[in-house]
Amino acid sequence: MDIHSEAYIAEAEELLSELESSLLELEISPEDTDLINRAFRALHTIKGSGAMFGFEDIARFTHEIETVFDFVRDGKIKITKELINLTLQSCDIIKIFLKNTEQTSAEDEIKAIQIVNSFRKMVKEYCETEIEKNNEEIAKEISNEKLINIFFKPEQNIFLTGTNPLCLLEELKGMGAAIIFGEINSKINPDEFNPEYCYAEWSIILRTDRTENEIRDVFIFVEDQCELRFEKIAEKEENVPDVKFEELCECVFSLSNKNISDIENCISKIRKQSDCAITEKNEIQQSAAEKETEVNKSKKEKNKSNSAAGSNLKVSSEKLDRLVDLVGELVTVQSRLTQISAKYNLHDLTLISEEVERLTTDLRDNAMGIRMMPIGNTFANFSRLVRDLSNELGKMVELQTEGAETELDKTVIDKLNEPLVHLIRNCIDHGIEMPEERRKKGKSTRGVIKLSAVHSGGDVLIKVSDDGAGLNPEKIKKKAVDKGIISKDAELTENEIFQLITKPGFSTAENITNISGRGVGTDVVIKAIENLRGSLDIKSEADKGTVITLRIPLTLAIIEGLLVKISSSYYIFPLSTVKECVELTKDEIKKSGGRKMANVRGSLVPYINIREKFNIDGQVPEIQQVVITEVNERRIGFIVDQVIGEHQTVIKSLGKVYKNIKEISGATILGDGTLALILDLLKLIEWEENDSVNNYGRLQ
Amino acid sequence: MSIPAITETKPYLSFNLDEEIFAVDVAKVHEVLEFTTITKIPRVPDFMSGVINLRGSVVPVIDLRMKFGLSKTERTIDTCIIVLEISIEGEKIVIGALADSVQEVFDIEPHQIEPAPNIGNRYKANFIMGMGKRDENFIMILDIDKIFSSEELEVFQEAGSSELSGTSETQSNNS
Repeated sequence: MDIHSEAYIAEAEELLSELESSLLELEISPEDTDLINRAFRALHTIKGSGAMFGFEDIARFTHEIETVFDFVRDGKIKITKELINLTLQSCDIIKIFLKNTEQTSAEDEIKAIQIVNSFRKMVKEYCETEIEKNNEEIAKEISNEKLINIFFKPEQNIFLTGTNPLCLLEELKGMGAAIIFGEINSKINPDEFNPEYCYAEWSIILRTDRTENEIRDVFIFVEDQCELRFEKIAEKEENVPDVKFEELCECVFSLSNKNISDIENCISKIRKQSDCAITEKNEIQQSAAEKETEVNKSKKEKNKSNSAAGSNLKVSSEKLDRLVDLVGELVTVQSRLTQISAKYNLHDLTLISEEVERLTTDLRDNAMGIRMMPIGNTFANFSRLVRDLSNELGKMVELQTEGAETELDKTVIDKLNEPLVHLIRNCIDHGIEMPEERRKKGKSTRGVIKLSAVHSGGDVLIKVSDDGAGLNPEKIKKKAVDKGIISKDAELTENEIFQLITKPGFSTAENITNISGRGVGTDVVIKAIENLRGSLDIKSEADKGTVITLRIPLTLAIIEGLLVKISSSYYIFPLSTVKECVELTKDEIKKSGGRKMANVRGSLVPYINIREKFNIDGQVPEIQQVVITEVNERRIGFIVDQVIGEHQTVIKSLGKVYKNIKEISGATILGDGTLALILDLLKLIEWEENDSVNNYGRLQ
Repeated sequence: MSIPAITETKPYLSFNLDEEIFAVDVAKVHEVLEFTTITKIPRVPDFMSGVINLRGSVVPVIDLRMKFGLSKTERTIDTCIIVLEISIEGEKIVIGALADSVQEVFDIEPHQIEPAPNIGNRYKANFIMGMGKRDENFIMILDIDKIFSSEELEVFQEAGSSELSGTSETQSNNS
């Protein structure tokens, strides 16, 4: 596919989601003309650029919808639920067309035809009732017609370029009513006659509503090779051209010798007649025109303000990725500069280095900011999902969104879409009860799903909550035991039980409510979230509902980190999770008697010894440091040799080869060129927990 | 007897592992680096040496000797890292391979290459595309994509995880 088609598809998808959201809003307030205009604009652009880039199917299909919306815009057809349903369906069809540019299945074709027919029916119904009004409209439109005389004399060798003048004439005929006269150049010498030369010339009288430029376009490829003259005979005056056209026809046909100069005489005669009529009319028109310009002026001003508000620039995401890469490299170089300036301690150098540091930080924040997009677009897609799915299941569900303006990295938003769809489906499918059941429980029959996004440090918290039946810990536990995920006598907190539903092979869809076939597993959600280096938390209360919280890092490219050293290798902690650092002496370790707990101002914090975990050799220093972090609302310490300090961390993936090493989420390059590994604390903790459980089991 | 996969005369880069001479298609070689610091990655089998910083990008390095069942590469003045571009499941990946020393680039004609014998070969026959001959030495031409094929990677991942769940003490981490 060429780049233009790709650009069109991207644009069309955006427009479709815009269309959908305005449709859904229209459903609530059908009278809102702004919304109608928005929908119409979206449709119009989809159609227009579709035709331009060769998506004929889409253009043709969208044209039908546009026709209806044109009437809607003029207030002639009312917005009904039926119309909105139909339009939403056609959005889906357009999406299918966009996806399968090569071919569409017969099924979709049929569906498309059905939709077109229903749209046509709507228009027809309307037209039948108001046919007279319509006629007026049409008459008005026709009044733009003008009468043009075109003289067309191609060069003799025009055939050599492969042009067939008759085709051009055909095309002109397609633009309106035309009388065409052909004449052969009488001065040909029979001896020199060359059958491959063109000796003909034409005069065409055309009645059309096209502009002169459009007519000229017909001749665009032969312009240099012909003599072409345009002459307006009359224009605009209501009905006058009609009469004149006929008059002209009569006049022309009455000529015995139909040659071009005669015709031209004929035309000028008629023009004189009509000129008087025109001047009269002109006076009346002038005053009308003045009024019109005033109206136009105000319109233009309005447009201006519109365009100022939306002066956005479309940039391909690859370019942005490249920019972020470059900024990342710059950050790396900058930290090298800082290191060197600290080493030499020259006043001037330090000044420059500090300046560069400030600029780089600004640049980084800006570059990352460009990639940030409000999550609202994604939220808007879900209202459609909720609407369709609740209708399908016969439930009444309302979607409330909050914090749509919360900004997230574009890549993160894209990757969030799928897990959120899964979660919302689950909410509707299993969370929200049927209306009667809800009434029995004393709840409103209309269920509410709330989708909210809020910033929290370097992360974004996305909450999907419903006021449905909630999770049943007993049931979950029983299933988990049956499936062999946990042992029978495992003691689990409620929170841990809820986490079980995210384990692979534990699909709520199949096990808890027996609505199977969807195959929606929460483990899919977990995988996607983990890829984003995020985490998931579930809270639920019977009959009150379930709250699922996703914690997602703002960006995937650069984070603030805490650089530490263990033996000769460097590691990075995500700074947002680090709470404090304390010292740990060998004595203290001895005193604790094998318990891996640090005493932090009176409270015990369990710690993980990274040296042990990663099996790092080297001398253990007398005093080690414990980095206290807070992960999932738990305080966990990590033992390191030395805490070095904050570090702007440009995350580099370890690549496919190391994709199974979950505890390391990436690497970054330090100022002196050495690599530091970025720790995934959540995974490290999980690993430690599993090991402890195993050890405990072994002891028993 | 020649190999169907090799039909044209191509230049190869030869290098040493232990006493033996190996060769790879030059088209796969990005560059040859001097030995630099390798950052270890925890929880991987021994032959995955770690990662290096190659002008700002992170490149994994493997110890070819260990992959072929020889002892760990000892660092000498000749030790170098051959940076190769391989494809895993259709994806192009840049990877570094440790070699004891790099020799030369030379052409081998197809008729000089014979299939590797399955018997009497201490290396997995899959990895060897063919045996070339130069002067009196046999040169093993490596099928570099196969060495890093996804199955081979899976093997290492399983090996890695089993090693972990058992005693992680067997992993050596000194550089």
